[in-house]
Amino acid sequence: MNEQVEKTLKPLASLDGAAAFDEPWQAEALAIADTLVQNGMFSAGAWSEALGDALRKSGTSGASDDQQTYYQCVLTALENLIAQHSEIDRAAMAAKRGDWEQAYLSTPHGQPVKLDAIEDH
Amino acid sequence: MSSKFDAPKVAEIHQHLHSHLPSESALRVKALETLLVDKGLVNPQTIDAWIEAYTDQIGPKRGARVVAKAWTDSAYKKRLLQDAPAAIDELGYLGKATAHLKVVENSDRVHNLVVCTLCSCYPFSILGIAPAWYKAAAYRSRAVREPRAVLAEFGVDIDDDVEVRVWDSTAELRYLVLPQCPPGAAGMSEEDLAALVTRNSMIGTDRNLG
Repeated sequence: MNEQVEKTLKPLASLDGAAAFDEPWQAEALAIADTLVQNGMFSAGAWSEALGDALRKSGTSGASDDQQTYYQCVLTALENLIAQHSEIDRAAMAAKRGDWEQAYLSTPHGQPVKLDAIEDH
Repeated sequence: MSSKFDAPKVAEIHQHLHSHLPSESALRVKALETLLVDKGLVNPQTIDAWIEAYTDQIGPKRGARVVAKAWTDSAYKKRLLQDAPAAIDELGYLGKATAHLKVVENSDRVHNLVVCTLCSCYPFSILGIAPAWYKAAAYRSRAVREPRAVLAEFGVDIDDDVEVRVWDSTAELRYLVLPQCPPGAAGMSEEDLAALVTRNSMIGTDRNLG
């Protein structure tokens, strides 16, 4: 898209062509959500309601109307549904998040960060 | 020389040392995935395969092939309009997101526009991941309220005598627009026709193809 065309595009159309995911975690969150729907942990309707609820709350809180906000809502909805539909509670989520942070902080640069069964390069 | 503890400076050095630390959101997603894998609720290979598929393979070309087939095969088009999931399954593209799908056809008198006002329901099994604008609050709220103005922003001017129908997607029912075959396309192969079909024309933010 040349610069001139880009300048004449209106806000909505100018968002076209943006990458589907800005960061890998966004794809991971969506992949987990869709997989859990397919596995039957929660229904597609429940996912839609939870995401819609997160987006509505985000909108009323004045968050910017962009992909970063959208995927934050995806993550919020995912955490809410997992807490509701599995034995994984908020405390477990917070603890495991802390484990990952510690693993990153204590792993020297250039080495794969490892935690339990998951390895992240 | 001051011996004062420079907190911002220390924080900056700390940040630099650990600049490979993922974002807060990335850490939260990692936590979820680890917990789900540990409990046997998701398979990490499934997640990796999903990401690879939606990054590299599954995109609007699938939908374009459905449209091109409908343009060239009237019996297929009839089946597509009557029972979209079954017709899409004929091409091997059926997924959860297309199991409940309705195809709405554009004509000289009707233009169809698809939105999900609640969240971002979208037939991603045949169109890939929804574009950023489809997920934006601006589109979700305005597409129903002022569809012609939204279409104009996409460079689509709809004559006053053309009815604009807006379809609000849900998890239970999603929509795909069957755009009009461009004039002068007679005799073109299905493959060449598919190349004319834009993603936006299958959502309704594009109309005149070719």
